[in-house]
Amino acid sequence: MLGYYLRLSLRSFRRAPGLTALMVSTIALGIAACIVTLTVYHGMSSNPIWWKNGELYAVTVNPLSPSQTRKAGDPAYGSSQLAYDDATYLSGSGIPKRETVLAFLFGAITSTPDQTRPLPVMIQATTGGFFRMFDVPFRYGGPWNAAADRGPEPVMVLSHRENAKLFGGTDSVGRTLLWSGHRFRIVGVLAPWHPLPRFYDLSAGDGGPFGRSADAFIPFQWGPTLRDWPAGHMSCSSQGSASSTYQGLLGSGCTWIGMWVELPTRAARRHFRAFLQAYAAAQRKAGIFHAVNTHLWTVSQWLSLHHIVTRRSGLLVNLAFALLTVCLINTLGILLAKFLRGAPLAGIRRALGASRRQVFAQHLVEAGVLSLAGAALGLALSAAGLAGVRLLYRGSAAAYGKFAHFDPIGIAWALALAVVATIVAGLYPAWRIGRRPPATYLKSQ
Amino acid sequence: MLEMHNISKIYRTDLIETHALREFSLQVAAGEFIAVSGPSGSGKTTFLNVAGLLETFDSGTYKLDGQDIRGLSDNARSRIRNEKIGFVFQSFNLIPDLDIFDNVDVPLRYRGMKAAERTARIANSLELVGLSSRMRHLPAQLSGGQQQRAAIARAIAGDPALILADEPTGNLDSLMARQIMDLLEKINSMGTTVVLVTHDPELARRAERNIHIIDGLVADTVPASGARRRERQGPAHAESATD
Repeated sequence: MLGYYLRLSLRSFRRAPGLTALMVSTIALGIAACIVTLTVYHGMSSNPIWWKNGELYAVTVNPLSPSQTRKAGDPAYGSSQLAYDDATYLSGSGIPKRETVLAFLFGAITSTPDQTRPLPVMIQATTGGFFRMFDVPFRYGGPWNAAADRGPEPVMVLSHRENAKLFGGTDSVGRTLLWSGHRFRIVGVLAPWHPLPRFYDLSAGDGGPFGRSADAFIPFQWGPTLRDWPAGHMSCSSQGSASSTYQGLLGSGCTWIGMWVELPTRAARRHFRAFLQAYAAAQRKAGIFHAVNTHLWTVSQWLSLHHIVTRRSGLLVNLAFALLTVCLINTLGILLAKFLRGAPLAGIRRALGASRRQVFAQHLVEAGVLSLAGAALGLALSAAGLAGVRLLYRGSAAAYGKFAHFDPIGIAWALALAVVATIVAGLYPAWRIGRRPPATYLKSQ
Repeated sequence: MLEMHNISKIYRTDLIETHALREFSLQVAAGEFIAVSGPSGSGKTTFLNVAGLLETFDSGTYKLDGQDIRGLSDNARSRIRNEKIGFVFQSFNLIPDLDIFDNVDVPLRYRGMKAAERTARIANSLELVGLSSRMRHLPAQLSGGQQQRAAIARAIAGDPALILADEPTGNLDSLMARQIMDLLEKINSMGTTVVLVTHDPELARRAERNIHIIDGLVADTVPASGARRRERQGPAHAESATD
């Protein structure tokens, strides 16, 4: 009977093409509004390393009490980064499965032996644990080892993009690059890797949390060794003012280093928390800290803490759903009017032997066909809407454009929304048409 | 074929109750052709709707082809309508955007017949009513008489035991009305019971028995006169309940 109902649906649409077009457009409009906002929202709110959400933790230690933090004039102080001394001590605990510290540096690298013009690059100074901890994919080679961290040895990992720029995308492992007068040996080249938002370091680089990842990675200690000033965010309280010398910076309370630990077990988490607390308590006892205020943040908490998912985008999703609801209520009204107008025909069918259930099914199939047509048009409108978002934010640092691409999840959302929503909208009219005795409609024929 | 005993049907609104059928009793034998007449508002159409399972009744008993109708589910009533009853309406009630073939196909679809059997039945019934050459015409492309013949083809395609015809000639001129009556007689002669509601005394006289309804009651039963009276096995009679 499904084929028969489908044929009847198409005939019904042909009978009232204007009304059909109106219903399909209404559904499509609601769907498209939802898909565009959901796609952008989904991209912005998603955790790019969700599979390790319970294992990766950002570490913060704030030496100030909340009231002192407010008075310090920098509300971000202590909320996202560590001072050099703290980071150095905490990263040596040996408790986590993996740990890393990181900071951004700017510089210019030159490929050797060509000695072509230097390329400005954004360098992530970090430890070898960074790559395994964040499941960073390699195209060639691999990360450096712990000895290279301690050295520090002049080793470098290039991004996929930078490798393409400097070496045409070929395997450059073993080749050398000049940076700050030192010859760095390339030990690894990354496969394309652009986690969005760039959860592991939200503070620096072009475009902030939604900007590109680093062009190159070197062992963390090269920054202090070369006295290269950090290029990322730095926060200083009144007690930890920035020094004019690099050595002064290292000894100050200014925070500029990110720290992440991998704690896969509850025991490891409890152990590391206790270690953090003990460290902060000892510092407080020594008069260095004013409070014991330590935190371990999951990636999701970290993104939320830094307002990566804005309240505005959440509001936009609510508005889009409100629009979809309005569209569906309109569709319900139009469907009801259409079905009731066709009620005498349903009456004839009932007289000829169609059961209530069959009449209901016939009308529900009609609503289903409408929903599929609405979904198809909604997908087209969504594609246009997402293209519009990309166009609007082209060249802008704002993140929306980056997420304005169709993905299977978006398409699944569109289809599910359209089918479920329209069938829900069609349920009442379809049910109502089958309820009245057929004689009622036959009289009105 | 049709046995109604003390059937009552009351239409209720907030303010008034209308007794459309009161203690209505009637028996129609299988293969009989009866005409039901009466003034407007007497309950003819209500009787037909109740007989055709298009409406429920409030009290009494109704057996169709030996099956008690009271308390049946919608599914069961629909199946009986589909398999045992054929309807012919005054205003034809063809579905305007289906051609004649597809109109006749409608009841067969709901019976779940295979395509080949449906096609054969549609062809036979359209041939019987003389519309084989018009099967791909839309109803609007046919005359009133042809439309009614198409409606009759739809009513008989499923080979029902009972045809209920509600003023089938009401919208036709006298020539076409006679053709439709000829057709109904032909169908009746093939063994199908026909119940015809009509205002026209001349048409009513062509039935074997005339039932006169007044105020929801069977007021009078008149045996057919003349041409339509046929030799028949077994009794066919109506009972009138009086106040």
